[in-house]
Amino acid sequence: MHRYANPARFLRLAKAILPYSSGLAVLLLGSGLWFALVGSPADYQQGDSMRIMYVHVPSAWMGMVCYVAMAVLSAMALIWKHPLADLLARATAPVGAAFTLLCLITGSLWGKPMWGTWWVWDARLTSMLILLFLYLGYMALIDAFDDPERGSKAGAILALVGAVNIPVIKFSVDWWNTLHQPASVVKMGGPAIDPSMLLPLLLMAFGFKAYWVTVLLLRGRAEIAAQKIRVLRLAQVHASSRGE
Amino acid sequence: MTRKQRRLYFVLLGLVALGAASALILTAISDSLVYFYTPSDLVGKPQPEGRRMRIGGLVQDHSVIRDGKSVTFVVTDLTHGLPVTYAGILPDLFREGQGVVVEGKMGTDGTFLAAEVLAKHDEKYMPKDVADALKKSGQWKEPKAN
Repeated sequence: MHRYANPARFLRLAKAILPYSSGLAVLLLGSGLWFALVGSPADYQQGDSMRIMYVHVPSAWMGMVCYVAMAVLSAMALIWKHPLADLLARATAPVGAAFTLLCLITGSLWGKPMWGTWWVWDARLTSMLILLFLYLGYMALIDAFDDPERGSKAGAILALVGAVNIPVIKFSVDWWNTLHQPASVVKMGGPAIDPSMLLPLLLMAFGFKAYWVTVLLLRGRAEIAAQKIRVLRLAQVHASSRGE
Repeated sequence: MTRKQRRLYFVLLGLVALGAASALILTAISDSLVYFYTPSDLVGKPQPEGRRMRIGGLVQDHSVIRDGKSVTFVVTDLTHGLPVTYAGILPDLFREGQGVVVEGKMGTDGTFLAAEVLAKHDEKYMPKDVADALKKSGQWKEPKAN
């Protein structure tokens, strides 16, 4: 693990992985979308509205997976002071926030025709909204200090504290009565979803993950470049103030 | 103990304490976190008149009676049932045997006066022909309440 905390090694690794992860994302999302919109049957009760699920559910998973990754990276940054862990935690936050928002929006669009309401304050929906606020809070906090180091430390603590929300989101539908239906895929006794519908769902889910890896590597690379520029600028300012 | 180890134990201890605290709080306020009560929850607990609440369950088979603009039906959790009257637009998924959540208050005669009816979807997704085949072969499992 510690071997990969080296920025130079990360850049080499990123260069090697990027063509595969971006190619995989295009392939999976392309085939996933085709299966989701054309190559799969409509639901016996919901009709074609259930196709929203092919974006909604992978978005929800992404929102949670990105958060778990952010929390683990934050813990690594706090404990072992890995600069790269901190940098990647920062880089994954906007991606997670965007997918959480997408999950809330698509869920709302599905909820109106199916449930008869855009939004209810049940445990699942509320905990997902809290996840969005955690992301927004994290992003605001890390840039709220003049010293980026202090910003990351405060952000890392927030990310770790907010991690208790993740099991609450997952199990909210089992612990309390909610309007939101219980889990269909990751549950005891196997999925309650027909194989013809599980295929596009999984293609989309893995496509989203491949997209995330791609974006994370690109953003990580950009962050490293930005840090180099910052260091060079500081050196320049120091040099000129000494009158050299 | 090195500083790294100290930080590691500090973070782990903090997470355990935080997890335990949240678990205690969530268990303590569990009653107000539920989105709806079931008809069985209400048995033996007379509700104050005019208190707004939500009841969830299945629409009992053959219980839906439409009368002009208003509709009456029974919400059941398969143990107890609660008669409901409602005047308004029903969601698309509303049908007998389907999960619903009704919001409103208890009337004086023991029927529930709903101001809003929401359909509750179960976790099953399947194409129509699969559903038809299951029903035909007798393998169809009716949805559970809540």
